Order: sequence, then C-alpha cells, then structure tokens
Amino acid sequence: MTAVEEHPTPLGFGHMKRKEDPRFIRGRGNYVDDVRLPGMLHGAVLRSPHAHARIVSIDTTAAEAHPKVKAVITGETLAGLNLAWMPTISYDTQAVLATDKVRFQGQEVAFVVAEDRYSARDALELIDVEYEPLPAVVDARHALDAGAPVIRDDKEGTNDNHIFDWESGDAGRTEEVFRNAEVTVAEDILYPRVHPAPLETCGAVADFDKVTGKLTIWCNTQAPHAHRTLYALVAGLPEHKIRVISPDIGGGFGNKVGIYPGYVCAVVGSIVTGKPVKWMEDRSENLMSTSFARDFHMHAEIAATRDGKIQAVRVNVLADHGAFNGTAQPTNYPAGFFGVFTGSYDLEAAYCKVTGVYTNKAPGGVAYACSFRVTEAVYVVERIVDVLAYELGMDPAELRMRNLIQPDQFPYTCQTGWVYDSGNYPATLRLAMDIAGYEELRKEQEAKRAGGDLMGIGVAFFTEAVGAGPRKHMDILGLGMADGAELRVHPTGKAVLRISVQSQGQGHETTFAQIVAEELGISPDDIEVVHGDTDQTPFGLGTYGSRSTPVSGAATAVVARKVRERAKIVASAMLEVAPEDLEWEKGRWFVRGDPDQGKTMTEIAMAAHSNLELPEGIEGQLDATCVYNPPNLTYPCGAYICVVDVDAGTGKVSVRRFIAVDDCGVRINPMIVEGQVHGGLADGIGMALMEVIAFDEDGNCLGGSFMDYLLPTSMECPSWELGETVTPSPHHPIGAKGIGESATVGSPPAVVNAVIDALRPFGIRHADMPLTPAQVWRAAQGQPFRTDLAIQ
Amino acid sequence: MQVPSHVEYERATSVEHALSLLTAPDARAVAGGHSLIPMMKLRLAQPEVIVDINDLTELAYIRREADELRIGALTRHAELLADTQAAQLFPIFADAERVIADPVVRNWGTVGGSLCQADPSEDLSAAFAATRAIAVVRSADGNRMVPVREFHLGPYETVIGPGELLIEVRVPVVPGAGSAYEKVERRVGDWSIAAVGAMLRIDGGTIATAGIGLTAVGAEHFVAVEAEDYLGGRPADEETFRAAGQLAAAHCHPVADQRGPEDYKRHLVAELTVRALRRSVNRAYPGGMI
Amino acid sequence: MRVTVNVNGTEYVREVEPRLLLIHFLRDELGLTGSHWGCDTSNCGTCVVWLDGTPVKSCTVLTPMAHGRQVRTVEGLEQDGKLDPVQDGFMQCHGLQCGFCTPGMMMTARWLLDRNPDPSEQEIREAISGQVCRCTGYENIVRSVRWAAEHAQTEEVSA
Repeated sequence: MTAVEEHPTPLGFGHMKRKEDPRFIRGRGNYVDDVRLPGMLHGAVLRSPHAHARIVSIDTTAAEAHPKVKAVITGETLAGLNLAWMPTISYDTQAVLATDKVRFQGQEVAFVVAEDRYSARDALELIDVEYEPLPAVVDARHALDAGAPVIRDDKEGTNDNHIFDWESGDAGRTEEVFRNAEVTVAEDILYPRVHPAPLETCGAVADFDKVTGKLTIWCNTQAPHAHRTLYALVAGLPEHKIRVISPDIGGGFGNKVGIYPGYVCAVVGSIVTGKPVKWMEDRSENLMSTSFARDFHMHAEIAATRDGKIQAVRVNVLADHGAFNGTAQPTNYPAGFFGVFTGSYDLEAAYCKVTGVYTNKAPGGVAYACSFRVTEAVYVVERIVDVLAYELGMDPAELRMRNLIQPDQFPYTCQTGWVYDSGNYPATLRLAMDIAGYEELRKEQEAKRAGGDLMGIGVAFFTEAVGAGPRKHMDILGLGMADGAELRVHPTGKAVLRISVQSQGQGHETTFAQIVAEELGISPDDIEVVHGDTDQTPFGLGTYGSRSTPVSGAATAVVARKVRERAKIVASAMLEVAPEDLEWEKGRWFVRGDPDQGKTMTEIAMAAHSNLELPEGIEGQLDATCVYNPPNLTYPCGAYICVVDVDAGTGKVSVRRFIAVDDCGVRINPMIVEGQVHGGLADGIGMALMEVIAFDEDGNCLGGSFMDYLLPTSMECPSWELGETVTPSPHHPIGAKGIGESATVGSPPAVVNAVIDALRPFGIRHADMPLTPAQVWRAAQGQPFRTDLAIQ
Repeated sequence: MQVPSHVEYERATSVEHALSLLTAPDARAVAGGHSLIPMMKLRLAQPEVIVDINDLTELAYIRREADELRIGALTRHAELLADTQAAQLFPIFADAERVIADPVVRNWGTVGGSLCQADPSEDLSAAFAATRAIAVVRSADGNRMVPVREFHLGPYETVIGPGELLIEVRVPVVPGAGSAYEKVERRVGDWSIAAVGAMLRIDGGTIATAGIGLTAVGAEHFVAVEAEDYLGGRPADEETFRAAGQLAAAHCHPVADQRGPEDYKRHLVAELTVRALRRSVNRAYPGGMI
Repeated sequence: MRVTVNVNGTEYVREVEPRLLLIHFLRDELGLTGSHWGCDTSNCGTCVVWLDGTPVKSCTVLTPMAHGRQVRTVEGLEQDGKLDPVQDGFMQCHGLQCGFCTPGMMMTARWLLDRNPDPSEQEIREAISGQVCRCTGYENIVRSVRWAAEHAQTEEVSA
C-alpha cells in the first residue's frame, strides 16, 4: 500500500489521511486520565484476594484517619443508597461493592477517595478486611456437580450454579442426519478465557455539581448514551441532568461497554465529597476484574459423506460466565450470535445447546471483538471442519471449497435461521489461495516433511454476523439497537455530523465524514464529526459488534440523503424549476438537459438560510435527523491462510506468512479497512499462541499482569498479506458490511489449524489454545494439557 | 498503575559514598532500576533508601585485562550486546543479551543489577556460571572475589551484604573456546521457560574445559555440574552432547508453572544443552573440526 | 525533595516525593499528558520517553533519578512548528488508530533513525519489540518508520 500522500483527498470513499491524527501524533489526545479538573480527587478500589469468601468484617478507621483521605466507601455505605448491587446487561445483578461475600479474586470490596493517586493506593493497605475463605468453583466442568458450592446464594431460590440453557436449530433432524451419516467426527474444543486488554485501562472522572444537580462523567465507554440511561435507571438520577462524555479512547475491543463498579463508586465519591473524583484502574485490575472474553467449553460434532459433503454440525457448549452474568449482548440472545456456528457451509441440519454457569471468576464473556460470540462459533466450526479433513484424508481447502455456500444461494438462510445477506465465498477462498500460492506451499510442505521439518498450512473461512440490529429483535436492556444521526449544513456550506457511536481508534471522524462527502459532494475536510458526548449527539447504543458502519454508517447515509433532498427543493426554488426537473451529480443539482443551470451545495446552503422564498413543505435550513433501524444484520466474510514453521525440539511456533482476504462489502476508506484487518490478525496470533487467563484450584487468577497475559509484539507478527473481494450488502444504504472484528474472528482458527497441520506427522488432529511451546511439545507427545487451569 | 510505597532517595557521588550509604539497613542500590523498581511498584520490595549509582560511570566499561574480560557492573545490557570484543571472546554473552527483556529495557538495565537481583530466571547468571566468571565485591575493606558459582544464595538472595557493592565481573579468557546461549520463551521479552549456556574448549580431539549454565530450572548456582564432569575428556560429538543433555535434565529442579510442565522443562534442558554445545563447537571451529 | 528536570528544553523545578514515578511527574506534575501508562510490569511501553538521549520506560524510573538530566517526550518532537518526519510518517501511513501507543512508538522510532537512518523492516520490528500495540498489528507502524527514513528532510508543515 502506498502512502496517502499520493492520494488527493477524495470527495467521498477512498484512501484518505485521517482527520483525527494531528492531535494524536502531537501527544494531544484527550484520554480520560488526561482530564484534570480543579479540586479533583482520586479513587482506588480495594479488591478481594480470595476467589470465594464470606466477609466477616471491614474496618476502615485507619484508612479514614489518613490525612489525605477524604472518604472511604464500603458495600454497607452503598447499601444505604440502594446501590450495593446493580443490574447487569444480562438481567442479572452484580455487586458494586461486596456486602455478604466475595465471589471472585479481584472483586471490589471498598473504595477510597484521596487527594492524589499515591495516597489512595497507600490507604488501601490501611483497610482491614476479615475473610472466611470458602471452597471455590473454578472448573466450569464441575460447576453443576451435586454438592458444588453455590456462588449466587444472594439470589433467592438459587441452589446451584446454573444460569441458563439455550438452544438453536433442529435437534431431531440433526440427530437423524448423524445417525445415517457415513462419517461422524467429534472433538472437545476449548476457546479459553482471554481478555481484550486495550492499552488504555478503564476509568472515569465523575463530577457531581451540587448546585446545578448535574452529573458529568468522563468515561472511556464505547456506549455513552447507554451508560447515561443506565445511571438514570439504576441510581435514580434524572437523565436530563446526566452528561456522559466519552473522550478519546485508547482501544475498546468490547472491554469498555459495561458499567464497572469503579465508575459507580466514582460517582458516589463525587456526590459524597462534592468534588470531581477520578478513578483509573491499573492493569492488574483490568485483567482480573473487567470483562473477559470467551471461555466456551465446546463439544463439536460433524457429519459428512465419505467423499466430503458436510451434512450437519452439532455443538454442545458449557459457557463459563464468572460470578455474575454480565455478558453484553442483545436480550433475546443469551449466547449471543453463536447460532452462526453453522459457518459458511451449506448444511442439511444443525443444532446447538448452550448451558451457562457461574464460577468464582470475574464476570463478562462477550468482549474482545467477538461480534457477540461469533468468534466462538467460527472457531468451533473451522476447527471441526479441519478435524473432518484430517479424518477423511482430504485437503482442508478442498473440503471447504466443496461445501461453501454458493453465490446463487444468497440471501441464504442457514439451518439456525440467520439470513446471510450476500457473498461470493468460492471467489474469496480462491483469491486467498492464489495470493498464498497454496499449491506450491503444499509441495514445499511435502518436501519439508520428508526432511523431518515441521511446516503447517492453516485455512479458515468465516462468516460474521454484525451490525446489531433490527430493533424488533434486538435490544440491550430494553433499549432498541437503532441508532440516530443528525446532519447540519452551515450557511457557508460546511457540515457537522453528530452520531451516537463512539470511536476507539476506528477512524470515525474520517470515515463518517467520507460517507457524507460521498452523498453530498462536500469535502470530508469540511465535515466535522461529533461523537462521544451525550449532550451533543443523538441517542444510540454505541460501538461494538462491528455495528458502527452497518448501523450508524447507514444512518449517516440516510440523513445525508435527506439533506440532499431538501437541497433539491431549495435548488428548485433558486433555479425556478420543478424539483422533478433536477438531476444530481456529486456536489450539485442541475437542470436536466441544461447542465450549466445548476447550484452547488455551498450555494444551496447559503440560500437555504437566506430570505429566498421557499416552497411548501420545506422549513428553511438544510438540517436533518434520522434514526436507522437496520432490517437485518450484515455478513462480512473472509478466507485466511496461515503458514507456520514449528521447531520440533522445542515446540516453538513461528508464523511465517498470513494471507487474509476480506469481503466487507463496499469499503469507505481502504486504508482504514486494512488497518482494522491488520490489528485483528495480530489478535489471532495472540490467542492462538500465547494469550490465556487461567486459574489455579483456589481460584487465583494466573493472568493478572502483562508478564503473564502475553500480547503479541512486532516480532511474532509477520508482514500481513491482504486481498479483497467485494459483495455489497443488498440492504445497506451504501452496501457496506463493517470490518472491525472480522480479522479477530477469522485468525485464531487459521493459526491453530496451521499448527495442528504442522503436527500431522505426530498423528495430532487437535490441541487447545494457546499453543505455547509447552503445549505444542506436549501435543506432539500425545499429551496436551488443559490450558484454562494451572499447569501441573 | 501500581506505585511504590514511601522511600528515601540518595544519589551516590562516588563508589565510597555509595558504600557508606549502603551500610544503612534496608538500603538498596539502583542503577537501571528495571529489576528493583517493578518490585517496588508491586510492593514486593519496600526498601527504606534507594541509592542511585547511575553517576558512577567509572563502573561502566568492558575491557580486556591480561587473561580476563572485565565488565563493569554498571555496563548496560545494550552495551554488552553491542561490544564486538566481548562478542568475539564470548559469543554466549551476545546470545544471552539479545534475548534479555527488550531493546528499551536493555538501554537501562545493567549487568550488575541483573546479577544482584538474582531472579532464578535471569539469563546472565547462567552465562557467567558457564564461563566460570568471578564477581568483584567492594566494601570499605576493599575487594573480595566471589566466583559467580558461589554468588547466589537462593532466589533473590546473593552474598552481597550491607555496605557492599558489586563493581565488576571478570571472565577468564579461554583461548580456543567456543560458547553459546540457547533460550526458549513463550514470547519475545518473556523470562525463559528454560535456557542453557555452554562453553567448551577442545584439546587433542576431546573436551578439555566445559561449562554449562542453566536458567529457570532451579539448578544450584545455575550450573549443570554432572553434565560438565561428564564432558571432560570425551569427544565433542552428538552422542556425548546428548548424554550430557540427559544428565543436565536429570539433575536440575524445574517447577511446573504457566510457562510449562516439569517434563517439558526437563526436555528443554536436554535439547538446549545439545544445541548450545553444538554451537559452541561450531564457533570454536568454524570450518569444522579436524 | 526538590528536583530539577529539563524536559524538552525547559527546566522544571518541583518538590516531589522520591517515589514519584517519572511518568506521573511528566503527566500529573507538568501536564505533559502525551506520554501514557498502560501496565504495572514495564511491559507495554506506552510510557517510553528519552532520558539523557536514550529511550526508557518512564514508569520504571523514579523522578529523582531524572534530577539534573534531560528528558524528551512526544511534545518535544515537533521543532519550531515543524513536525518530525516520524510524526508525518505515522499520519501518511496510518501508523496509528487509537493513538495510545503512538507517542512511545515515535520516540523509539526517532532514536532508531538517529542511529540507523536506513533500517530494514526487521530492524524496525526489533527496535519496537518491547512496546505493544493492540490496534495496528504493527504493519503500518513499520511502514510509517520506513516512510520517515525515506523522507528525512521533510519540508511539509502538516495541518
């Protein structure tokens, strides 16, 4: 890709330097920890060292006596305000500060407010908590054993650790297909607990003004409006007096969607002290207590004919939700969009059952670019398809090619009822294979194997389901997932777009300006994009699940078209013709058959504010608003190929090449799309080879720092090789599908498939992530270990 | 972010000044600080006084003196990595430095600091043990020489007492020897899962001198004594190396942790011993052994 | 205790607790919030600044250790209103997304280019291997540094 200096600013879609960059490269980003208010105090959270324990007593006297401490808040304090517990997005409750018990290591127990962050940290050591440790439930596979300790004894009528059962597909039909199939293969496949680990941790500055009664919260939240409404509902504060400002965010990846106890404590702290209170968590708090991702224990089965026609897939899932059910997904989908485990293949039948359980671990589960559990769905189907290829002795690319949904089958309703909007899967896979030089790679592998060297080639094809979603089916805590957009055109022809989604690095200030530019012919440099401040933007559910382009992008296109239509009427008045006599070329309306007779958007904007007499039906000015309710999700897809070399003597995996062909429909800014893909591919290397949050038998978290939770660096990542196919979404106003999570979804199976392929000489067909050197070596010995528990 | 508890700060203006400051109980010397300060932030270390010795630039050098390579304790990892003389005499050090932490940390961390931190997974300890280096410890009474193989008393514990400072490490030059360091880690910058450093001198077709240092596997004084003893007098061939590797693996004490289970770590010791020995020979005889 | 630290050419004299980490001194005491922090264990590298001309993880330095020394941060990359080629390169090649790791990456890149004006891709990757990015997959960071190497004499004063 050439640098953008060689591309002029496009009047719409295309390569374009980012408008947000000038402040970041000068170190002038405005992140939450950069916020400094007069008199601001600092909060710190005291956390439980135990995974499961009764709280006998909490003595805060020494902490309160610290000269720089202004307040100490405990669960008891909050209980008096009815705030010791708060609702979660999954209609459960979560403790803000523990009262009766602590239920995971790292759970919030007390909150100190002090003059500076060092004193706040010191004061934590002065709080004396007496615990009575209880046996912990750590292994999800034993959470439902008879006699297992009951974690949620705070919930009336609860006498086990069961949360929900959910199923999708046709169990009877699927069983019939399996019974009659020539080949059936089963495998236990774990998607271990991992963490989004954005580089900026979660935090907030809460400022309650006693005089005006207004609460202003700076918070690095991906969903500022949802937060505002929740604070109003939960804390009983009047919503019009709450302002949530989401400034620049240093990465979200689904970690910054929910309301964390620290935010609530900061709000209470501000109310109690009358001063702004800043709470920024440290990295160990982030890894140990905020929303983790995945933790799906899956039993997958696949049925096929001997010559490789895949007939059915069946998956049984045990979902570890931690101590509180805090997964963030639409209400009717307790297992998110896992229903797309049917994958990219034309199946006769499919069925899945998901059972959610509590364990003594941090709450969460839906995060880290999962598109609401699509990562889990894609991983399980791409792994089991590879296991089938192994058993059939078939090339994994060929097996996929034989079974991919064909272009003429779209829109395609899969066996669990999801309507995939468009795609040309064979072309996408073929392109990836061409870029990779697939046949040559297989020849090279054959030669290497003959010489005793381990080389692996992994293939993965994924279909994503993003852009939640149609409000009839999709809401979060009863708030429909439609998003608003407001577009205002100033008299001098410059524009301001206000949107409800919130960027954490995806470049919305640029891409959304480009959408407006494409519709109106105003330069993106003349379009200001406002986001993140609930006082300044329309309501919407925020950025996650790759929904910004599919939903807010659509809203933006629609609102820009409304403005264009209003402009048409104004132009018709200016030109003294009927609106039907006008045609549009980007940037101007002109008289059909007389192109010199036209008016530019700039001229129209001024006229719309002038004393020009306007016809019936138009009120002057060009402003418009809209709320976009998507008719369906969008379905980006991709074909990924990974090439690895494995050192047989040490188990060390080296990723030699990674080829990624993505189809996200129409691309607004190819440079930004590629950047999104690059980032997600690195995630795959991370999860496949090194990332995991494991626990020992006492529930101690073994992934609580960046020394333990390893993230891939520039050395583990190859130079990514990208390609594209474009099948526009038929229902999206600009045909775009969204790209934010695609690469994180598709890359882990590609890498794992490659490593397992490398180990073929050892007769290995599966081993669980992360495939660290130890795990690879053990797998080669036929003794892989469980990666979610402490290594014995 | 985690922050240290209260501490006093003193800056040493000379070695003598540093020594007098270090007589105070709970005083710790800090140079690069990339071992000590992280522990202070986690409050695992809570010294009363930090004695900053970064101005003692006279302790930063790498020079050949007679039959020794002498490395000042304040030498930064990056400097040892880049030093061509050291790399020529002891490629084991360049090998090890290349895989210690990351480039930014190597700018500041020092050779002395790493040795004194005495982390069981610290790489230079095994490299210096393999090369039979000697630590020079200065106090008000003068210098005492402590073989690196006697320097560590246990995890995070060395022979350095109050009022003492490690000022230099001396490595005896062994003409004709080859050396190498082999490390396996889960990711660049991580501590070793296991690592092996080796040095070999061959005379008359058999091994005359052998040093094998082991990292992160609980080897006493970071040394594989049984493997070293075995190698003496034997031909420098694959069979000998494999046997030495098995001995090294059998006589260390790896503990299962999130880096790996015990059997894998022992396997690594055996495998990496062979690789380190093999590379040592190839370096001693780049054209092949006659 | 009193410390005097020269930051980006300006001398600052402040009273600080000896335990104050340099990153907090820069951000909270001096208001230079361009350098960031992101971990507890000196792994992430968002805090990288120069100390006496050499990149250091400023979360692992006590402020008094910088007394009498020179610090350079991202705010000091721009000189006389002209952006450093590294800053330009990151904009030209989409080397940043959320921007959180960017200041640290640029400081290391600037130091690398000062010593090695024509680094290979591998040398660039090695130089930044102690710093994490969660957004870019490193590809465009490497390209940005290459761009800066190729445009060492940039005339452009970018917006």
